[in-house]
Amino acid sequence: MIQFESKIPDGPLEDKWENHLEHVRLVGPRNRPSYDIIVVGTGLAGASAASSLAAQGYRVHVFIYHDTPRRAHSIAAQGGINACKNYREDGDSVYRLFYDTQKGGDFRAREANVYRLAQTSTSIIDQCVAQGVPFAREYGGMLANRSFGGVLVERTFYCRGQTGQQLLLGAYQALEKEIEMGRVILYNRSEMLDLVKIDGRARGIIYRDMVNGEIRSIAGEAVVLATGGYGAAYFNSTNAINSNGTAIWRAHRRGAAFANPSFVQIHPTCIPVSGDYQSKLTLMSESLRNDGRVWVPRDKNETRAAEDIPDSERYYYLEERYPTFGNLVPRDVASRAAKVVCDEGYGIGQTGYSVYLDFRDAINQQGADKIGEKYGNLFDMYEEITGESPYQQPFRIYPAVHYCMGGLWVDYNLETTIPGLYAVGEANFSDHGANRLGASSLMQCLADGYFILPQTIGDGLQPMFRDKVDISHPEFAKTEAEVRDRIQRVMSIQGDSTPLSIHKRLGKQLWNECGMSRNESGLRGAIAEIDRLSEEFWTNVSIPGDADDVNPTLERAMRVADFLEIGSLMCRDALTRDESCGCHFREEHQSEDGEVIRNDEDFSHVAAWEWQDEDTEQVRHREQLVYEAVQPATRSYK
Amino acid sequence: MNTSQGESRTSISVTVRVWRQDRGAKKGRFVEYDAVDIPIQASFLEMLDILNETLVEEGIDPIAFESDCREGICGTCGLVVDGLPHGPEQCTTCQLQMRNFEDGAKITIEPFSTGAFPVIKDLVVDRKSLDSVIQSGGYITVHSGPKPEPNSIPIEHEVMEDALDASACIGCGACVAACPNGSAMLFTSAKVNHLALLPQGQPERKTRVRKMVDTMDEEGFGSCRNYGECQASCPKGISIKYIGRMNADYIRATVFDTEKRGEMHAT
Repeated sequence: MIQFESKIPDGPLEDKWENHLEHVRLVGPRNRPSYDIIVVGTGLAGASAASSLAAQGYRVHVFIYHDTPRRAHSIAAQGGINACKNYREDGDSVYRLFYDTQKGGDFRAREANVYRLAQTSTSIIDQCVAQGVPFAREYGGMLANRSFGGVLVERTFYCRGQTGQQLLLGAYQALEKEIEMGRVILYNRSEMLDLVKIDGRARGIIYRDMVNGEIRSIAGEAVVLATGGYGAAYFNSTNAINSNGTAIWRAHRRGAAFANPSFVQIHPTCIPVSGDYQSKLTLMSESLRNDGRVWVPRDKNETRAAEDIPDSERYYYLEERYPTFGNLVPRDVASRAAKVVCDEGYGIGQTGYSVYLDFRDAINQQGADKIGEKYGNLFDMYEEITGESPYQQPFRIYPAVHYCMGGLWVDYNLETTIPGLYAVGEANFSDHGANRLGASSLMQCLADGYFILPQTIGDGLQPMFRDKVDISHPEFAKTEAEVRDRIQRVMSIQGDSTPLSIHKRLGKQLWNECGMSRNESGLRGAIAEIDRLSEEFWTNVSIPGDADDVNPTLERAMRVADFLEIGSLMCRDALTRDESCGCHFREEHQSEDGEVIRNDEDFSHVAAWEWQDEDTEQVRHREQLVYEAVQPATRSYK
Repeated sequence: MNTSQGESRTSISVTVRVWRQDRGAKKGRFVEYDAVDIPIQASFLEMLDILNETLVEEGIDPIAFESDCREGICGTCGLVVDGLPHGPEQCTTCQLQMRNFEDGAKITIEPFSTGAFPVIKDLVVDRKSLDSVIQSGGYITVHSGPKPEPNSIPIEHEVMEDALDASACIGCGACVAACPNGSAMLFTSAKVNHLALLPQGQPERKTRVRKMVDTMDEEGFGSCRNYGECQASCPKGISIKYIGRMNADYIRATVFDTEKRGEMHAT
């Protein structure tokens, strides 16, 4: 059975991280080059971790399925990154950022981790500015800030609507430098398909060369997974086309506990679904809610164009229901409110499932130029896709799957339940509880990659000196053979169902039953339906082409096979968490006005699932959450 | 061009003439496919998704093409559509919309292939030569760790906006594919200018521009002859003014730098 030792250091909350650093084991600079560290993924967490570890002197092997590290989906993050610099003197502090994150997450995150995140946040801005990240500046030359949902201060740093791109390019450039120096070896177009364990420890991975289909092994003293979330299980999501959960799922099947799989963030402001053909949903940054106002017509049968509807006949439902936070309530609250008004019949557009996000007032007050400077690229992007200009008429938006708070369980060192296997960024579960605040994922990725993992990884590595293995160890050949068999099995079915069609049907189940609103019978139905889809996949999937060629259909099939298993676990996690909290809205547990009702007595814990085998369901363990600095309160944004 | 305002069509049918090339083959060929009854709100790549899905159903190896974010920011997608990199609009291929095509149109689709971008399969090319240019100097050398307070070095608003215009490059390679000489000057100059505009980028400014320009030549990119096709095809609207400024920086770093005179670049 797995031991859940969170390794939270002793001492007062504000001193824990420093105390920990004073006692963590280190690897000396002269010994570092003899350690091989495998990093999978080069988004913000992976690229920052890999470049930092390489700069310390470790030999780092980086794996990506993209052609270049700069393509990772962190690049698409738009609005900004949080840091409690308190440049605005508006009451921000480490404690305030810590508290906002805990409250935003509906008190389902580990205190010590979240506090460390808030402490580290200011260093991230310093680091990125030194790297040349062009954060917006005011006319006096000082860094500019804006606000995001769920907070009452302005602590978000940004580069127009392309903050993720600029931060990722900073990390990518640092990584490219290390490649040039020979300390990072890049394996591009290489997809991790399994983890190799020797004597209980992660000692390498198996990967597929996506150009010629070869299955290969690599050995190392540690494996770092920075492969992002599994939101693409829903098929329609704001994730990239290739985003997938295979690396973390394969690690789970080798023994890494999977925490809170049902905690998935549905982002309120996305371009609505228009048809079955759609390959992805496009996010419109939360920063738009700084100046945009969300509303629907008060008349369910409204036929007038938005601009012809007078204020008195507009239902600004967020401002009315949540006067203190207004349009800047957290994402879970905003998404659910949109769903509720649309379910009630107030929604607009052909499907009735969208709402307005209106800049009319902001443009009147600040001028179109000023609004263009803040959000220009988002307005242009919306117009490119929909053919409508938000300068003239409101955005039409609806919630879409965006981010996974759940992920691999990690301890304070970011190590999973498999020694030597680490998870950073969205791939782990650690900091956001049951709902993530906007502009906090970039913060967490860079905190993990630049500042936390490089200082904690030595603790597990130090004892490994002179304990190297290489790929001649029989465990590599054995795991390689399992991967080849699995590919062979998928290729040989030659049925009638395309992987895409199965993925879409899985997505529909998850969206309907494990999305913004969940209930027991729906979840049970979804689990049965997903079982049926798995059965169909393994008996009737069809894949043309060869396994030893560029074969995107095969790549998708392997990912869909894992999504089916992930989806099933998500539903079981949602079913067993018999309370509402944050994004996890169980219809059985709501107040009269439709707000979540938490059950701290029974569910103030992390659910961590342990893999058994093909025929036995995972076992649900719990890590109790201990609150010392804050007392969980009923979340109110009214 | 049609836009969605007043759009009465619900679907569109087109014929695509697609470049198909087996992995490892030296030559390829055009193959025609009919994409029938494509929803009018579909994007260009969604049209290819639908076409590919029908090919998979028929057991035919689908057309290999790359894309990832489909939001116009990751730079993965890149197709030459009717002779133009990223097609007729100034956006990435993934942001091209079917409503902007005529019903019954015959659309030719080719890879972003130039000397420095060899074809891997069908429409997929290898653009690692662009990474090599960045590797040679497209960064500011800093380690992770404590840094000076950023507001201790004020940066003028307009300078920062200029740097951001340059750093908006998504590394898609359309500029190279559009250039009759296959030059990567727009790509390289965007990074050189982004970093040269910032105070933090000054210490490595001269070595950076020298190394990046030299690497560009070594990687097989052609020279710039001021055709301006790069700017016209850039989905992020990056200006060729950056090429002029990079040339000035390059001359400063070579000709006017007395210690570096011996290494002067032969042009």
